[in-house]
Amino acid sequence: MLDYILKRLLLLIPTLFGITVITFLVIQLAPGNPVERKIQIEQGVKAEAITKEIIEQTKKLYGLDKPIYIRYWIWLKQIFTLDFGLSYKDHRPVIKKIAERLPVTLSLNIISILLVYIMAIPLGVLSAVKQGSLSDRLITFSLFALYSIPSFWLAMVLIFFLGGGDFWDVFPVYGIISPGVDDYPIYAKALNFLWHITLPVVCLTYGDLAYLSRYQKGSLLEVLREDFVRTARSKGLPESKVILRHALRNSLIPIITLVAAILPAMIGGSVIIESIFSIPGIGQLGFESILSRDYPVIMAISTLTAFLTLIGILISDIIYVLVDPRISFEGRR
Amino acid sequence: MDRLALAGLIIIFTLFVVAVFDGFLAGNKPIVVRWNGGLYFPVLFRYNELEGVETVNLQQGSRKGDFALYPPLSYAPNESDLLTVLSPPSISHPFGTDDRGRDVLSRMIHGTRISLSIGFIAVGIAALIGILLGGLSGFYGGKVDFIVSRLFEIMMTFPVFFLILTILAFRDPSIYNIMIVIGATGWTGIARLVRGDFLKLRNYGFVEAAIALGGSDFRIMLRHMLPNALAPVLVAATFGIAGAILVESALSFLGFGVPPPTPSWGDVLSQSKRYVDFAWWLVLFPGGAIFLTVTSFNLVGEGFRNAIDPKIR
Repeated sequence: MLDYILKRLLLLIPTLFGITVITFLVIQLAPGNPVERKIQIEQGVKAEAITKEIIEQTKKLYGLDKPIYIRYWIWLKQIFTLDFGLSYKDHRPVIKKIAERLPVTLSLNIISILLVYIMAIPLGVLSAVKQGSLSDRLITFSLFALYSIPSFWLAMVLIFFLGGGDFWDVFPVYGIISPGVDDYPIYAKALNFLWHITLPVVCLTYGDLAYLSRYQKGSLLEVLREDFVRTARSKGLPESKVILRHALRNSLIPIITLVAAILPAMIGGSVIIESIFSIPGIGQLGFESILSRDYPVIMAISTLTAFLTLIGILISDIIYVLVDPRISFEGRR
Repeated sequence: MDRLALAGLIIIFTLFVVAVFDGFLAGNKPIVVRWNGGLYFPVLFRYNELEGVETVNLQQGSRKGDFALYPPLSYAPNESDLLTVLSPPSISHPFGTDDRGRDVLSRMIHGTRISLSIGFIAVGIAALIGILLGGLSGFYGGKVDFIVSRLFEIMMTFPVFFLILTILAFRDPSIYNIMIVIGATGWTGIARLVRGDFLKLRNYGFVEAAIALGGSDFRIMLRHMLPNALAPVLVAATFGIAGAILVESALSFLGFGVPPPTPSWGDVLSQSKRYVDFAWWLVLFPGGAIFLTVTSFNLVGEGFRNAIDPKIR
């Protein structure tokens, strides 16, 4: 067991190296250097009008006068202490900016993941147990259609028809909390928050719901074909017990371990949904940083997401092996 | 499910026809003109020779037997009319107009070619990379496999959409760059399938026989192993096209897609952001087109999958 974990940890090193190199290269080799942009923003002058002197000074300030591999090395050394430098935009530590935004994105995505699992597992089980029936075909087809709906489109449709304008005005479409809500009692605040996040959470949830319940169906169908299920049936157990006690538990293992794998996609989804609904989370921060070429923030978001995903996959693999003794450590890479 | 897959195929075929013949369906150039005894096909060629002739004259003709046949929708995708800005669907503009008075249906018809070509070419690039890397790592194993596996892991852990956005923000978002970036970030699924198949095929008798006969590695991989590993690639590629079209429209929606004024579905949809209180036609129609296309490709992919592996059913 320890050997396995150690081996996996060692394998993280080349992957992490690759992740940091790619992020760094993508950003550093981009045209339009941040120095000119920075001066442009601060002084409101055209890049051509800037004197060479100012450019050199600013370059030195951000360490951009050194060759690229040295800059990479410096950056790498810094991130090991979780120091992602200062934002070009407002000179605040990047890690602080991210930490501020994290709770919003996390709470939205955690709510969304919980909803996904609460709905996906029963739906998947239902359509596996009643395979081929009308309800199975109905569920399968509607989930299939859901899976193909672009989330930004659904967001716009919801805003159009439920967010005021010429149609119904049911949900707010801006931010996560109403202004001036601070004096409200706590339950009113919570309600206000829930009311604000309903539409974004719907948009974040339905895609993964479709994906996971399909997966759950496939997983349960596979388990139902196994010998131990036949044994359970032939010893006279009622069907409900066979499925809930014996089959379901085994089919859940691969589903639970998927949590880590959907993390990167969630960040991508958050970029779109948060900028549509003006939610002050990581996604919006990322989008704004891309627009203003705030390199340190972009690098920090990509690297941290990749790192967390990597750790998540590692943990879920270990859990996988722990709960399912049939899988040996040797067999897995 | 098979009947649905067939329906998907029919829709895709229709979209192809629309993409190829977009100028015949919507535009302000006549399809066929007889003018002064000469026959012209302005949509295809010889448009310049008619330059200077007033449209009204073209329609009435200068002598007997002259005629002009226009596309059913007589608006070009970039033809703006400031008198009909943001008008809701009507008989003359079936899908309404946008904020520059451009016809939405015409923009969508001409945008079909953009969406489909990005979908197909991006997936083509992804399939090439995927087959190459997956094949090499499955065939050689060892060090090659180690490196390719790390590459898999890197791509899997990256927030890919965020990466695509970043790259396109720094490079100019031309249609070619979009195809390349989507392709270069979307190869992992295909590579993994090919790798698995090659690992399995490597031990088959016919491959060993080919090795024993002295075939070069390249020839064995290309002629003997790849044909046996292509079916799952086809399935993954079909789903991949759906995904690429989704990504492209999301990019256009966020303003990182094909540069204006090129018409694309995501671009029409992105205009709706500014008129959220009333312009429902800017949301429903382009979004519906994206949804229909993506669903069709997904249905066909599902059909392929059922066809090659009846177990999954």
